[in-house]
Amino acid sequence: MLNETELIIEPGRTEKNYWADIWRYRELFIILAWRDLSVRYKQTIIGILWAIIRPLLTMVVFTVIFGRVAKLPSDGNAPYALMVFAAMLPWTLFSSSLGEASNSLIGNANLISKVYFPRLIIPTATIVTAFVDFLISFVILIIMMLFYQFAPSWNILLLPVFILMALLASLGPGLWITALNVKYRDFRYIIPFVVQFGLYVSPVGFSSNVVPEKWRLLYSINPMVGVIDGFRWCILGGNSPIYWPGFILSIVLIIFFLWLGITRFRKMEKTFADII
Amino acid sequence: MSDIVIKAENLGKEYTIGHQAQNGRYVALRDVMVHNAKLLWSKTKDLVKGNPIILGDSTEEVWALKELNFEIKRGDRVGIIGRNGAGKSTLLKILSRITEPTTGRVTIKGRVASLLEVGTGFHPELTGRENIYLNGTILGMTRVEIKQKYDEIVAFAEIEKYLDTPVKRYSSGMYVRLAFAVAAHLEPEIMIVDEVLAVGDTQFQKKCLGKMEDVSTKEGKTVLFVSHNMTAIRNLCTKGLMLDRGFIMAHGEIKSVIHKYIDEGIEITGRKIWGDEECPGNDKLRLKSVAVFEERDPAFGIKDNKLVFELKLFSTALLKDVDIGLNAYNSDGIEVLHTASCAQIKERILNKGTIIIRYILTPNMLKTGIYALSVGANVPNQHLFFYLKDVITFQVSQQYIETSVYPEDTWSGILAPQVGKWEFINCK
Repeated sequence: MLNETELIIEPGRTEKNYWADIWRYRELFIILAWRDLSVRYKQTIIGILWAIIRPLLTMVVFTVIFGRVAKLPSDGNAPYALMVFAAMLPWTLFSSSLGEASNSLIGNANLISKVYFPRLIIPTATIVTAFVDFLISFVILIIMMLFYQFAPSWNILLLPVFILMALLASLGPGLWITALNVKYRDFRYIIPFVVQFGLYVSPVGFSSNVVPEKWRLLYSINPMVGVIDGFRWCILGGNSPIYWPGFILSIVLIIFFLWLGITRFRKMEKTFADII
Repeated sequence: MSDIVIKAENLGKEYTIGHQAQNGRYVALRDVMVHNAKLLWSKTKDLVKGNPIILGDSTEEVWALKELNFEIKRGDRVGIIGRNGAGKSTLLKILSRITEPTTGRVTIKGRVASLLEVGTGFHPELTGRENIYLNGTILGMTRVEIKQKYDEIVAFAEIEKYLDTPVKRYSSGMYVRLAFAVAAHLEPEIMIVDEVLAVGDTQFQKKCLGKMEDVSTKEGKTVLFVSHNMTAIRNLCTKGLMLDRGFIMAHGEIKSVIHKYIDEGIEITGRKIWGDEECPGNDKLRLKSVAVFEERDPAFGIKDNKLVFELKLFSTALLKDVDIGLNAYNSDGIEVLHTASCAQIKERILNKGTIIIRYILTPNMLKTGIYALSVGANVPNQHLFFYLKDVITFQVSQQYIETSVYPEDTWSGILAPQVGKWEFINCK
C-alpha cells in the first residue's frame, strides 16, 4: 500500500502512461503468447509438423509450376526450390501473423469485456505464434541448403533485420484490421482473400527480377516485395541483389502502415468493450 | 492522506441502441431493394467516418448511468444492489477501466482487481496448473506472486488431484472453485466482484464470502460486491449502494439500503378485485377478489389483531369437495405459511352464486415484514379451477413489542417473537 497510485478515469482521457502500462503488462504478453502456442497443436496428430508441411508443399508446387512448367529463371545460380523457399518463409510469417492478428480481438472477446489491460497486447502476442512456426520451418531451409550444398554468404547475419521487417509489415495492417473487425465483421472475410491474392502478387513463386525494370518501383508498392527481396539477398547472397529504390519504398510503406495501424487502434481501443 | 479510495463525480454512461423499423411497409421488391441500398449507403458512410454501425433504422440514446456521485472509504465493503438493468455492471466496468464513462470522472487510489466473471480467460485445453498461471496473470498478478501463492491457491480450490487435467474435463463446481481460488489470492487494495458466487455450492460460497471478509477486515482492503443474494450482501457488506435505472437511490449503511431495496420492489396492495371479464378461473368457479386485512379480536388485547385472508368467489353450479389453498412467502422468498381448507373441513360444498371464504390467522404469528400471497382452488386430484402465484402482497407491522430492547428488524426468525409465551418460573 506504500506505492499509492492515483488513477483518474474520465471520458477521452489519453493515458499518459500507456506505453509504460504495456511494459507493466509484459507478463500478460508472455503468457498470452505461451497460451496460443501451447494450445495451437493440441488434439492434432502430427502437431507441430503442420508448421513444416504447409510451406513445404506450397514450395514444391511453386517450384514445379513456375520453375519447371513456366520455366521462369532463378536468381543467378541458386536452385529454384531454394529461391522459392527463401521467399516462402517470410511470406508465411507475414500471412499467418496478419491472419492471427486480425482475428485476435474477436477471439479474445471474453477477455476484453471482462478485464482491463492495454489492448495492444492481444494482437502483438499472437504474432509470436507465427514467429515460432517460422523458426520451425527455418530448420527446413537449413536442411535444404545442406542438401543443395549451398553455402550462405555473410549477408545472412542481417536476416534478423528482415524478419523484423516482415513482422512489422504484418503488425501495421493487422492492428488496423483487428480493430475494424471488432466493429465490422466484414474484415474477417477480407483477410483470407488478401492473403491468397498476395501470395501470387508477391514474388514468392518467382524472382522479382522477372518484373520489367520500368514497373519495378510500382511493383514495390507491395511492402512484402522489399521483405522477400531482402530475405533472398540474405540467404542466396549475391545471386539476388536488392533493388534499392523499391526497397526504400517498402520500408517507408511499412512504417506508414505501422503508424496508421497503431493510431487507428488506439483511437478505437476505448470502445472495444462496448461493441465487441 | 484522506481515507477516500474511490470518488465518483457526476459519472454517466450513455449507450446508443438501434431500433428496427417495421419491414411490413415494403411490399414491392423494388422498394425493398431501394431501402436496402439506402441502408448500405448509410453504413458505408458510417464506416468511412468511423462511427459505430448500429443495427436498425432509428437510434436511441440510453443512459445506463447518470449523475452518479459517491465516495467509498478505505476498508469499506460495499454491496451494490439494484434490479436488472439498474446499471450495476456498467458501474463496475467503468471502475475497472474496461469501458470509458461518457461524462464525469472517477478518482481511484490503489491497485484495482476486478472479478467480473469466474475464470476469465480460462482456456479449456490447458491444465489446471497452467490455467492458474494464465488466469492469475490476466487478473494482474506477476509470475513471482503466483508462484508464492500457488500452494495456497491449490489448497483453497481443493483440486490437488486434477492439477494436470485439462479444465475442459472439470466439473462445473471444480471449475468455479479453481477460478475463485485464483481471484481470492489477488492482493489488490480494491477488489471488485460481480455476481460470481451465483454458481458453486453453498459451502463453497460461504468459504468465498469468508475469504473476502477476511481480506477486508484483516488487511483493510476495500471490496465492492454486486449480488442479487441479499443474504450474502447482508453478511459481507458494511455499506450499500442501490442503483435504479442509472441513478443512485440509496447509499449508506447496508441495512437501510437493503430495506429500501426490498420495500421499493414490492407494491403493497393487500387487496385485488377483478372486473367481470377478467376474473381468473373457469366456467365453473371464478375468483372475484382477494384481500388481506386486520380485524380486532375481542379475545385478545387491543393491539392484537387477527389477520383475515378473504376470497370472494363466484360459482355457476353447486360444487363439491372444493379445496381452497393459501401460501404466504416472506421477503426472503421463504414460504412461511401453507394451508388449505381440506386441512380442517371434511364437507366442502360451495353454493351456486357469490361465496365468501375466509381464513383467519391467530394474532401475532407473522413478524413485521412484507409477504406475498398465492391462492388456489381445486377439487383434489381431479380439477384445477385456478392457481395464482404472488397474487397480492401484504404488510404485517408489529410495532407493539413495547418491552423489546432490540430494534424491529433484528428478530431473525420466521415466526414473530410474540408467538408462544415466556414464563419466568421461581422468579419475582
